[in-house]
Amino acid sequence: MARDEEELYQEHILDHYEDPYHRGHPTHCTHAHQDDNPLCGDVVRMELQIDDRGTLREVFFDGDGCCISQAAASMIVEKFDGRAIEDVKKFTANEMLELFGARLTPNRQKCCLLPWRVLQSAIYSPVEGTGSDASDAGKACR
Amino acid sequence: MLTTVDTPPLDPLLHRPDFPILSREVRSGVPLVYLDNAASTQHPRQVIQSMVACYEEHYANVHRGIHQLAQESDDLYNAAREKVCRFINAPTVEQCIFTYGTTSGINVVARSWGDANIEPGDEILLTEMEHHSNLVPWQQLAERRGAVLRHIPLTDDGRLRMESLDSLLTPRTKLVALMSVSNVLGTINPVDEIVRRAHAVGALVLVDGAQSVPHQKTDVQAMDADFLVFSGHKMLGPSGVGVLYGKRELLDAMPPFLGGGSMIRRVMLDTFEPGELPSKFEAGTPPIVSAIGLGAAIDYLDRIGLEAVGQHERLLTERAHKVLGEVEGVHILGPEPQHKAGIVSFTLDRIHSHDVAEVLDRSGIAVRAGHHCAMPLHKRYGVSATARASFYLYNTLEEVDRLGPALEAAKRVFHRKRK
Ligand SMILES: Cc1ncc(COP(=O)(O)O)c(C=O)c1O
Repeated sequence: MARDEEELYQEHILDHYEDPYHRGHPTHCTHAHQDDNPLCGDVVRMELQIDDRGTLREVFFDGDGCCISQAAASMIVEKFDGRAIEDVKKFTANEMLELFGARLTPNRQKCCLLPWRVLQSAIYSPVEGTGSDASDAGKACR
Repeated sequence: MLTTVDTPPLDPLLHRPDFPILSREVRSGVPLVYLDNAASTQHPRQVIQSMVACYEEHYANVHRGIHQLAQESDDLYNAAREKVCRFINAPTVEQCIFTYGTTSGINVVARSWGDANIEPGDEILLTEMEHHSNLVPWQQLAERRGAVLRHIPLTDDGRLRMESLDSLLTPRTKLVALMSVSNVLGTINPVDEIVRRAHAVGALVLVDGAQSVPHQKTDVQAMDADFLVFSGHKMLGPSGVGVLYGKRELLDAMPPFLGGGSMIRRVMLDTFEPGELPSKFEAGTPPIVSAIGLGAAIDYLDRIGLEAVGQHERLLTERAHKVLGEVEGVHILGPEPQHKAGIVSFTLDRIHSHDVAEVLDRSGIAVRAGHHCAMPLHKRYGVSATARASFYLYNTLEEVDRLGPALEAAKRVFHRKRK
C-alpha cells in the first residue's frame, strides 16, 4: 500500500474515526448546526458553547457517514475546542484539507469539508431561547 | 422474463476483446474489474466505430437538408429508430421517440400527458423502490395539478407487496408508474400483472425500463404498457440518448412538451401547428450520433441474444450472493437471486459504503456506493447508503470472485487491532 499522504486510511485518520474526539453533546449548548452531503448520506452536527468573550468553551459533534467525514469532524473539533470563534472564521477550506492530511480526490474532499462547513455555520447559529447559562440548554440543541 | 431454457451459454471472454476499456489497468499492475453497469455500461468497438464513421463520413443535421450528407445522416438516424422499434417490438416506428434518456422520457410524459389529463384528486401510483427520476417528475405533476401520490410498499426482502394493490388501485388511479427492475435491489417486478390490474381500473401504466430493457427481452405489445422509457448508456450505447415508447392513440392525443424546430408542421408569428409523430416530441436537433450509436448497440445485443445475456447475469448474481455470503458482516439488500437481475447491493458492518468502494477500487474493482438515486428506498431499509455491484455480458465469474478477498481487505483496514 502507498505511504503517507497517498494513503487515505492512515493510522491517525482511522484513530479519529474509531475513537473520535468529543463525539456527543456539550453540557451547555448555545450554538448548533447540522448539514449533510446528500450525495453520500454523510451527516454532521456541531453543538457549541460560546461564551460572552467569543470563546468556544465546548465543541462537540455527532453524525453518521464515511470515515473521511467523521474523522475530519473529530479533527476540526479537537483543533478548535477552547479556541476563539475568530480563529474558526479565519480557518479556510484549504487549511481543513491540510489538517486532514491525506490527499483526497475532489469527490471525497466534499466529505472532508462537510464538518468544516457545519462548524463555520454553527458559530452563526444561536440556539433559540438559550442564554449561555440556561440550565437545560444542552437539551435544546437536540 | 427469467430464462432457464436451453440457450447456449454466453462466454464473456469471446466478447471482452470488443471492449477496449476492459483491457486497461486502473493503476499500474491493477486490471479493471468493472462492476458498475447499472450506472452505465461500457462500449464495444462496434458502437464506437459506428459513431466515428458517422462523424468522419456522413455527419450533418437531420430532417432539414437536401444535400447528400444530410440525406445520409437522415438515413442512419431513421435506421437507428427502426432498430429500436424492432428491439422492443413496437407496432410502428413513429411510436419510438428519441429522448435524451430515461429521465427526459418520464418528464415528457409527466408534462405532456400529465398536465393534460391529471385532475385535482386523481391518484398516481408509484412504488417505494423507484429511482428519483420516477418520483420527482410525478411529485412536480402532483404539485401542479393537485393530484395525490400513492406508493406500493415493499416486503423486507425487497419485493412489491402485491396484496396492497387491492386497496391502492381504485377508479381514482389514473397512472401507475414503476420500474421493471430495481436499480438497487435488482428485483424483477411483475410488470405484466400490474399492467393487467391497472388497466382493469382504467389506469395507464408507465414502465421505467432503464434496468430491464438492456438485460431481458422486452415486448411492449405483450407487456401492454402504455409508456416505456429507457436509456442508451445502460445498454452499451452512448449517453445522451434514450427512448420513449407510447401507445399510438395516447401519443397522438398528447400536446407537445418542448417547443421549437422540427416538432412543428407550420409556424405563424403567434401560433403553430404541431408536427406528426415522432417529430412532435423531438424538438430541436436530436442526439443524432448518439442515436446511431444506440442502433449499433442494439445490433450488438441482437447478435448475442438477450436470453443468453440474462442467463449469464443469473450465474453472476448467484455467484455474487455466494461470495458475499461468505464474507462475515455483509448484508445483501433485496431478494434471492431467482427474483432478481444482475444487481447486488450490500452493506458491510461498521464500514460506510463509500469506504468500501474506496478500498475495492484499490483492487481495481469499480462498484457504486451511495443511495443510487433511491433515497426513499434506503430509508425504507434503514440504511443511508449501500455498495452496489452490477453486471453485464462481459463480466466473468472470476471477476465476481474477486469481491471476496477485496472485502476482506476492507475489513483489515477498518477492523484493525487496536494499539
Ligand atoms: C431504474 C432507473 N430509472 C431511471 C434512471 C435514470 O436514467 P438516466 O440517468 O439515463 O436518465 C436510472 C439510471 O440511473 C435507473 O436505474
